[in-house]
This record gives sequence, structure tokens and C-alpha cells, in this order.
Amino acid sequence: MNDAEVQYAVEVVNLSKHFDDVAAVDQVDLKINKGEIFALLGGSGCGKTTLLRMLAGFEKPSLGDIKINGVSVLNSPPYQRPVNMMFQSYALFPHMTVEQNIAFGLKQDKLPAAQIVARVTEVLGLVQMEKFRSRKPAQLSGGQQQRVALARSLAKKPALLLLDEPMGALDKKLRMQMQLELANIIESVGVTCVMVTHDQEEAMTMADRIAIMDQGRIMQVGQPREIYEFPNSKLTAEFIGSINLFKAVVTGGELTCAELPGQVVAGEANAVFEGPCYVALRPEKIRLDAARNLDATNCAAGKVNDIAYLGSHNVIHVRLDAGAGQGKIVQVHVSNFARHATQTFDFEQPVVLSWDRDAVVLIKADQP
Amino acid sequence: MKGVFAHKFWVVVWPYIWMLVFFALPFGFILKISLAESMIAMPPYSDIWSWSDGHFTWLGSFDNYRFLLEDDLYYLAYFNSLRLAAVSTVLCLFVAYPMAYGISRMEEPYRSLFLLLVILPSWTSFLIRIYAWIGLLKTNGLVNHFFMSVGLVDEPLTMLHSDFAIYLGIVYGYLPFMILPIYANLMKLDHSLIEAGYDLGARPWKVFLTIILPLSMSGVVAGCFLVFIPAVGEFIIPELLGGPDTLMIGKVLWQEFFVNRDWPVASAIAVVMLTFLIIPIYFYRRLEMKQLGVGE
Repeated sequence: MNDAEVQYAVEVVNLSKHFDDVAAVDQVDLKINKGEIFALLGGSGCGKTTLLRMLAGFEKPSLGDIKINGVSVLNSPPYQRPVNMMFQSYALFPHMTVEQNIAFGLKQDKLPAAQIVARVTEVLGLVQMEKFRSRKPAQLSGGQQQRVALARSLAKKPALLLLDEPMGALDKKLRMQMQLELANIIESVGVTCVMVTHDQEEAMTMADRIAIMDQGRIMQVGQPREIYEFPNSKLTAEFIGSINLFKAVVTGGELTCAELPGQVVAGEANAVFEGPCYVALRPEKIRLDAARNLDATNCAAGKVNDIAYLGSHNVIHVRLDAGAGQGKIVQVHVSNFARHATQTFDFEQPVVLSWDRDAVVLIKADQP
Repeated sequence: MKGVFAHKFWVVVWPYIWMLVFFALPFGFILKISLAESMIAMPPYSDIWSWSDGHFTWLGSFDNYRFLLEDDLYYLAYFNSLRLAAVSTVLCLFVAYPMAYGISRMEEPYRSLFLLLVILPSWTSFLIRIYAWIGLLKTNGLVNHFFMSVGLVDEPLTMLHSDFAIYLGIVYGYLPFMILPIYANLMKLDHSLIEAGYDLGARPWKVFLTIILPLSMSGVVAGCFLVFIPAVGEFIIPELLGGPDTLMIGKVLWQEFFVNRDWPVASAIAVVMLTFLIIPIYFYRRLEMKQLGVGE
């Protein structure tokens, strides 16, 4: 086995899982780097959990292979895989103390008692839970239980750490704090981590790379920034953040957008292709001005349809005036720079939308 | 508000009324009779106090209890009952646990079906089902017929009227009482705990011993009490399936009451039996309280 083969911590090769006739996971290929936090992101039923459970060994793949550090684990039961999981419900053993919970996995390896105690102390220190070592899980708060669950899944120094909806059982306020903290701990340990989540914010906060899943397939893999700024399909564009989509077509290298007045010019970063597509614009990349003369390109007029004040920014819905896109609602985010707004908008006020050519994302329309 | 409090009062008081009428009161009578003397009269025992000329005289005595200690018949009967009940409870547990576990892991239509099948025999009278075992176990019964026809034995086995038949009867008769609490407990068990066990490197048998079994312990203990307690005082099974020399306290009690018509001694036997059974229940309750973290 040469080094090139083992540069990935996890290799998923053409992996499929069928339940009866339905493909929960459909021909998935993934390569996950060592020490990387990798998020599987998708709605419920997209197959992300099934994929995670196959990595852990709880589900047997129908087809394909899983390699961990270059070695296929297809025929290893979960108790023989160098993989540990932090369960969504944490699955802490209620009849054992924090210490016993963490020592459980180490005991299965028949380590000497002194070594077990040392390792338990070490991981408890990592999650700052030394004080609670003799508590039972029921005597801990949700956040504390999560720390113990993380410590337990790190105790055996797994080659791969799995997180199943890590923030699913926490309230919203605690989530943000724990997302960063968890990511920091995992990075400091240097363990390769695959997490499953339906929360895009969570994936973007914690993960180095994200795979967007839908109907058992991987739609796009990339860094959070890549996926947000360069979505490769309508689905990923809509799944991550909000986006305005306008039907368009490219013929002979010329972009025509029927739903926007005037000419739309896209930046060079977009892929070159022919045929039906979408012009996609993120709401925060659209400028909003009071009525004025329209520019020749990348500009549209409309009226304010709806305003939502969200504190950090306003979400303003603009109804387009002329052209085939008439009546279409465009979402615009306007930051609140100043406490006393210098420019306010009223309902039905005529406005002008404009955007830079680099803000334009061209997405090839899905095949009919 | 008043209505709510009144409602609460009745919710709590109802079990007290039930226990008073159907447990405390009858037990008081039995206790009273156990302190009296046997008499040929109606009722067949003496008073334990008298009240005449404003003068109270205590007539009761502990002679019956002393008598139970003197004759080793009672001592042996108690011991034998506890032994038979303990062994059959353990046997019952070994049969019931895998069944309860299997049923709890089944998919839905089968789970309900098997649960129904576990309870179904109880729809026939207990007495009739024990009688049926006589037909199966006797020397020229079905079981012996089968064994001889397949050449397993040359001569019929003596199975009826033995301790073996009693164990069989108790395990058969009380199995649902063991299965149901264990099943209820295993159904509550979060499956991800089992997966976590595997995930941390424990083999299936280890997962069972360190996670599943300890977490279903309260079901096991409840099932054991539900089998052990009635088995100690069991009368029908040793009478029908046991040998003539099988000494069980239920049989002795029946003899004292109906054959010897010695109500006070029979009552004393019952009181002692109850005491024997209350002790383990008391310790179990204390253990349960400790596990729940009450009074820590």
C-alpha cells in the first residue's frame, strides 16, 4: 500500500443502501481528509443518517465499500471498527457515572486500570468536566451531557469520530456556543470527524467541508464559502441561505434573462455552458436605492412589497415592475449600519435594485 | 380550587381504602385468631380478651407460634416452600428473559401477536391447565409416549409427582408474570444505548451483561416478586403435580385449616409466611429508593 492511497482518513466508494426498493443512499463517493471536520447536510430523509450509520457499522451497505485509513471495514462489526460516535440523544449509560461511561470503551480494550483512569482524567480535562466525574448523567444539564458524550467518544482515540446531529438536543442559545467549542476541541485533538446535521448554520460554523445530500445522493461537496458563493445546482443554492432565482438561457455564449429587465451580465467566475439556466442573486448582494434612472445592465425597478425588521438587517421584499418578471418578488437584505436609519423604505415605495456582475451566479437548470 | 383538592384527596385515599378493607382488616382477623386457642365451638377458637365488670383481661398467647418452632414439620415446610419457589423463580427468569427480549425486538404485527400468545393461556382456568399437565406427564402420558416412540428412552420416565413436575408447573403457570414486566422494561430501553455499547467496542454478550441486563433489572426484580411470592404459598401445583411427601407450606396450611380444623395454628402459619415475604419486599423497596436517588 503506497502513501497516496492512505492520504484519506475515509474513502466511501460507490456506496448504496436500499431499504426494500428505496435507495436511502445512492452511489455515494466521498474522500475525507485526515483531521478534517466534514458535514453531511440535508433535509430529513436525504440519507445522511443512513450514511453515518454505515460508517459506524450499524447498517450494512447494499453495494460499495468503506475504507478507513485505507482499510476496508465492510466486514467489521461496529465493535471492531476504529470509529466512535456521539449520538444525537448522547446515549449516555444512565446507570453509570460520568467516569464509568468514559471508561466503558477503554475497558473493552482490556487496558490496565491505571491507564484507564489516566485517560478518563485526560478527556474529562479536555471537555472541562473533571468536577463531575462521579455524577450520574441524569444529574447533568444538557450541555454537560454533551461534553461527557464527546469525551466518551474521544476516549478511545478513534480514527474517525462521528457526530449525529450534535446540537439536536440543545436549546438555541447554547447551540452557537457549543458549536464553536466542539469544533475547537475536535480540532485540538486532530481527529477526523464526520457530522450529520440538517442545520446549515451548524454545518457552516463547524465543518471544514460540507456535502449537501438529497434523495440519497451527494449534490455538492465543498468548503462552506464555496457552497454558499458558488452553488452548482438550484437545490444547493436554495438549501444554503436565501437566494433569488430568475429563469434565463444561454445561447451562443449570450445570457438572456427573461425575468429581469435590461441586460444581465455575469462575472467570469461562472462556468461556461449552453442552454437553460438560472440567474441567482443572494439577497445581501443586491443594492436597494430610492427611485432613480435605471442602469443599462444588472438593474431592475420595483415597489416595496414587504419589510421585516430583524435587528441586524432588514429583509425587504420588492415586487418587480416591468418585463416578463413583473410581479415577481425579490428578497433584499439591507444592513442596519446606523441606529438612526438614514434611508428608510415604505410600503409601495418605488425602488431600484442593482448588483455587481460578480454577484451573479449562473446555475445550469436541472435536466427535465 | 376546592374541587381540585377534593379530587386529589379521593385519588390518594382510594388505594388506602382498598388496602384497609382487603388487606389490613383480614390480616387483623388472622393475627387475632393466631393468638387464640383452638376450641370445638363456633367459631372454632377462643377469645383473646374479655371484658366484664369494667375489667379487661388479656387471654391471648403466643403458644401457636411456639408450637410452630417445636415441630420441625412446619420448619421444613417453610424451608421447602422457599426453596421450591426460589428455584422455580430462577428457572422462570431464564425462560422468560430471552422470550421478553425476543418479543421486544420484533416488528409490530408480530410483537402484538406474540404478546397475546403469552397471555392467551390465562384465559383457561389455572386449575384446568395444571390438570392437563397430569395427562401429559403421567407414566403412560403423551410425553412418555413420544419419548419411547422416538427411542429416546426404553422405559417410561417417572415425571409426575416429583419436584420436577412442581418446577415445571410453576414455570409454566407463572411465566406471563415474569415475561410482562421484563418486556415492559425492555420496551422502554433506548436502542441507541445498545448501539453505543457496540460502538465503544463491547461484544454482544458484553453489551447484554453491562447495559441491557442492568437497565432492565427493575423489570427482572418485579417479575421475580410476582412469581416468587405466589409460588411460596402455592397449593394447587404441589397438590396436583407434587409427590405425596412434598412438603409445602400451602399444603400444610390447608391441612391445618380443613383437616385438623385448627384455625389458630393455621393463622399463625399464615402470619409467619407473610412475615417471610415482607422482608425481601422491604429490602427491595429500599434498594429501589436508593436507585431513584430518594433520600440521598
